[in-house]
Amino acid sequence: MQRNRERLDRICLARSNSIKKYRGNNSNMDNMILMQNVWKAYPNGVMALNGVDLSVKKGEFVYVVGPSGAGKSTFIKMIYRELKPTRGKIFVNNKNIANLKNRQVPYLRRKIGVVFQDFKLLPKLTVYENVAFALEVIEEHPSQIKKRVMEVLDLVGLKHKLRSFPDQLSGGEQQRVSIARSICNRPPVLIADEPTGNLDPETSWQIMDVFRRINEQGTTVVMATHNKDIVNHIRHRVIALEGGMVVRDEQEGEYGYEA
Amino acid sequence: MMSRKGNTVMKLRTMNRHLRESFRSLTRNGWMSFASISAVTVSLVLVAMFLIVMFNLNKIAGDVENDVEVKVYLDQSTTAAQQNQLEERLKGIADVQSVSFVSRKEGLNSLLDSLGTDSNQFQDLQRENPLPNAFVLKTNQPEQTIQVASEARNLPNVADVRYGKGTVERLFKFVNIMRNVGIVLILGLLFTSVFLIANTIKLTIVARRREIEIMKLCGATNAFVRWPYFIEGLLMGILGSLIPVTLVIVVYHFAYYNLSSNLSQMFIRLIPFQTMVTNLSLLLVGIGALIGVWGSVSSVRKFLKI
Ligand SMILES: Nc1ncnc2c1ncn2[C@@H]1O[C@H](COP(=O)(O)OP(=O)(O)O)[C@@H](O)[C@H]1O
Ligand SMILES: [Mg+2]
Repeated sequence: MQRNRERLDRICLARSNSIKKYRGNNSNMDNMILMQNVWKAYPNGVMALNGVDLSVKKGEFVYVVGPSGAGKSTFIKMIYRELKPTRGKIFVNNKNIANLKNRQVPYLRRKIGVVFQDFKLLPKLTVYENVAFALEVIEEHPSQIKKRVMEVLDLVGLKHKLRSFPDQLSGGEQQRVSIARSICNRPPVLIADEPTGNLDPETSWQIMDVFRRINEQGTTVVMATHNKDIVNHIRHRVIALEGGMVVRDEQEGEYGYEA
Repeated sequence: MMSRKGNTVMKLRTMNRHLRESFRSLTRNGWMSFASISAVTVSLVLVAMFLIVMFNLNKIAGDVENDVEVKVYLDQSTTAAQQNQLEERLKGIADVQSVSFVSRKEGLNSLLDSLGTDSNQFQDLQRENPLPNAFVLKTNQPEQTIQVASEARNLPNVADVRYGKGTVERLFKFVNIMRNVGIVLILGLLFTSVFLIANTIKLTIVARRREIEIMKLCGATNAFVRWPYFIEGLLMGILGSLIPVTLVIVVYHFAYYNLSSNLSQMFIRLIPFQTMVTNLSLLLVGIGALIGVWGSVSSVRKFLKI
């Protein structure tokens, strides 16, 4: 009972905070992501998101934290339209994507970089080919592809490994390849679902360094994570989800859970 | 149909890539591709053989159908007056559309004509013509020949009456049954091939589903993902129709040039070689392509939902 009341209080506080934030804005044009009363029910009846309201400004770095099953992955999948919200509006780059036509989804995805815990590299392609793949499938011009792939491999520090195959790389290196691939089309926003989930602490810091560099170039970064050390040491805005609701939203916040 | 509005002309570079991908997939999954192509081949061979028979039966039935004649042969002793009288009475029979006189000489000539050039053996018939004079009655419908024939038979000076008898009806019944059985058979075979191709392509897709997933996450359109599979299916279908087409040419060449002179003695004319081979080949390649594309496109759909 007591815990539930506390939780409810925190929810109300977070809501009123985010509402204040909207009012404080003269313009919504600098929102990268804006969710208004977003609900998600899975076909089996599980309510994974329960009325989420939040905005992420252009250029921001945001952690999404919360216990397992809180709805972090659902939240992430909503942004690049792997999932449609059951109710509510989601603006990405000021365009409502909640009722985006299926044929329009590819053009949304070209504006969003996505990184996952499991890297999703193609084992039979080299590092160079894995990154170039992302540009080939959107029919980018070959001369552009070469130039851009070298640029992003340089950014993630893997220019010297471009002929290696994924299984010849460490986990951290593989994740850096996948990050290079996600940003090679210069998306204004990068979203990552537990990007350090499979990596040891040392390697995780290297990955965070890559994210920092990408963020410094002006790219908005939204990262769902379980990594307490990182959240507590590299301070950024923290959005905490529990039971599909935003229960906390703090600038330079803490992780706030044990381990 | 497969590209976005305002970008209807696909880049040559992109088409190149799709072609390369589909060939690669076709050879990489060599045995599965071979199995699918064989399945198409087997179905199309059966379909082809069936269609050869069916098309010809249809034509023969059509020929017979147009044959709405009743031949009324006259007694040798019939006088000119009796002949005129008979003609009037024949014209009076219900359903008779026209009555024309065929002299015994004309009758023999047209018989010899229909037997083809190889009629030297009938030379002695010219000297001793066994045919009587005849009236040829035409009816509107083949069925009416039966009634007309039985009425004509009862008239004076009529030696004999000949018409298609039951053969017309029996042939039509037979063709109809053949047609229905054949359609069921063909559909069954074709669905089996579609299913087999779909399964092969599904296997290649399962192996490449991660690739498709990544493509979609990078913002590739469904059309872009689908093209290589579309081409792969098309290729399998067309490759599968090559042997059936060859077989049609060989088999029909044999059938047409060896059997038709025998058949023509039974007044049966087959569909000409050229017509049959051209039409059936196009049809088989078309069916093959359709099977391939259908199989591949239907199996890729599920994997595009990312
Ligand atoms: N595809 C799915 N079908 C049904 N329920 C799901 C599905 N994916 C996730 N869920 C449920 O939705 C809730 C939120 O899941 P998820 O977003 O994966 O949480 P997190 O990433 O924070 O661990 C959980 O209760 C989970 O069991
Ligand atoms: Mg998750």
